[in-house]
Amino acid sequence: MAKITYIEHDGTEHVIDVKNGLTVMEGAVKNNVPGIDADCGGACACATCHVYVDAAWQDKTGSTSAMEDSMLDFAENVEPNSRLSCQIKVSDALDGLVVRMPESQH
Amino acid sequence: MSQSDAHIVILGAGHAGGTAAALLRQYGHTGLITLVGEEPIPPYQRPPLSKAWLKGEADADSLALKPLEFYADHNIDFRPNTRAEKLARSDKSVSLSNGETLSYDILIIATGMRPIRLPIEGADLPGVLTLRSAADAEAIKAALGPGKRLVIVGGGYIGLEVAASARALGAEAVVLEREARILARSACEPLSNFFRDYHISRGVEFVLGASVSGFIGEGGKVSGVRLADGRIVACDVVLLGVGATPNDEIARDAGLECARGVVVNLEARTADPSVFAIGDVTHRPMPHYDRMFGPESVPSALEQAKQAASAITGRAAPTPEVPWNWSDQYDLKLQIAGLPFDADRVLLRGDPASAKFAVFHLKGDQVQAVEAINSPPEFMMGKQLIANRKPVNLERLADTSVSMKEVAA
Repeated sequence: MAKITYIEHDGTEHVIDVKNGLTVMEGAVKNNVPGIDADCGGACACATCHVYVDAAWQDKTGSTSAMEDSMLDFAENVEPNSRLSCQIKVSDALDGLVVRMPESQH
Repeated sequence: MSQSDAHIVILGAGHAGGTAAALLRQYGHTGLITLVGEEPIPPYQRPPLSKAWLKGEADADSLALKPLEFYADHNIDFRPNTRAEKLARSDKSVSLSNGETLSYDILIIATGMRPIRLPIEGADLPGVLTLRSAADAEAIKAALGPGKRLVIVGGGYIGLEVAASARALGAEAVVLEREARILARSACEPLSNFFRDYHISRGVEFVLGASVSGFIGEGGKVSGVRLADGRIVACDVVLLGVGATPNDEIARDAGLECARGVVVNLEARTADPSVFAIGDVTHRPMPHYDRMFGPESVPSALEQAKQAASAITGRAAPTPEVPWNWSDQYDLKLQIAGLPFDADRVLLRGDPASAKFAVFHLKGDQVQAVEAINSPPEFMMGKQLIANRKPVNLERLADTSVSMKEVAA
């Protein structure tokens, strides 16, 4: 279990307990947190679950796959700390994770 | 009563209906929402049923759009195992299969589609299956395994995905296709040929130009498929993947205009201002293509859920989407953006032999659609080019040494 803080573009915070094994995307979607669309449900096919990972957590969320890099490369408003949240698996090590959402996923 | 207190009844608890209910809450609707679904479980994702779920890589919890408690927690009255029987628009009510009548202020029809069952001999034999619901997928999964032989009638995306999953489970898979090539209605020829060859290399058999005339049984279940030329293809189980038909009868019977599905506008509203329709059951305007169509896809269902929820809650309409879809087979990721309407040429970028290429459908120098295999840049940039109608240089587009960013610059 990890407590994850999702921060919407307007600053609204949602603190959610997410079970290990789920993805950061699923933690948001299953709790109806706005700002993460995840149209493809986690298939790394749509880049609509884009988040910014707080600097302190970048190492712990792991590295990106070639597919994720390639999708992110063409997403809007990409920053060095951009990730697709469907590709970040939750574990105890992510307890306290903070992610921010972009203004729009489309 | 203000609109935000309205009782919204959603018929159909699939991807479209479930998403609409959740978005209505996200967008601030406070009135009761009743979500009526025929299936025993709350809304879930159907795409994994032919892929990860069939291979045992996803469980029921991961399929669910929201956990069951979400609905009660958000004042959404979820009614499983219930079917809407009749819509009476004059008194704004719907009668349900349990005998109850529900009154609505706003109705959203999200009843989806059902797989077509061929009206031929033996089609009702046990073991002749279709795939739409989690229960259907369960039945297919139970019938597959090492040494089992699956015959798939119809070489469309669902059939091919199941063929790939069957191979992963150690089963034999035979695809029977009526046309001279697979994916005849949904993909261009280079892509059809690529998928056929890739599946053959993974041990899938194809019979093209195959006209199925019936199913034969043995011991009370299907044991073979009979072709019109007399050939019998032996099997342990059959999957019918020959398309689906919209569950639009409830709207038709209530006098709402239907084509191939319920006709709606860009707000996902029917001609009756109190009645919306979303998802696979609809025949809808496609903004970048200036025509009506039924894309039969999850992204389209999500888009229309947004359109309806936005219109109902007085929110700005979503930016018109570029239709898209995807398919996963083996280690192949196909991403499709746009629709190939009005295209006058097909352009190949990359080499199919490398299993990394894209097929662009062009109208003059504008991209109408792209089918990208293991090629996210082509998909992502193609999607943007479809939206912004920017002309492209076709020579540069065909040249993989020119990056997609440079092509679009």
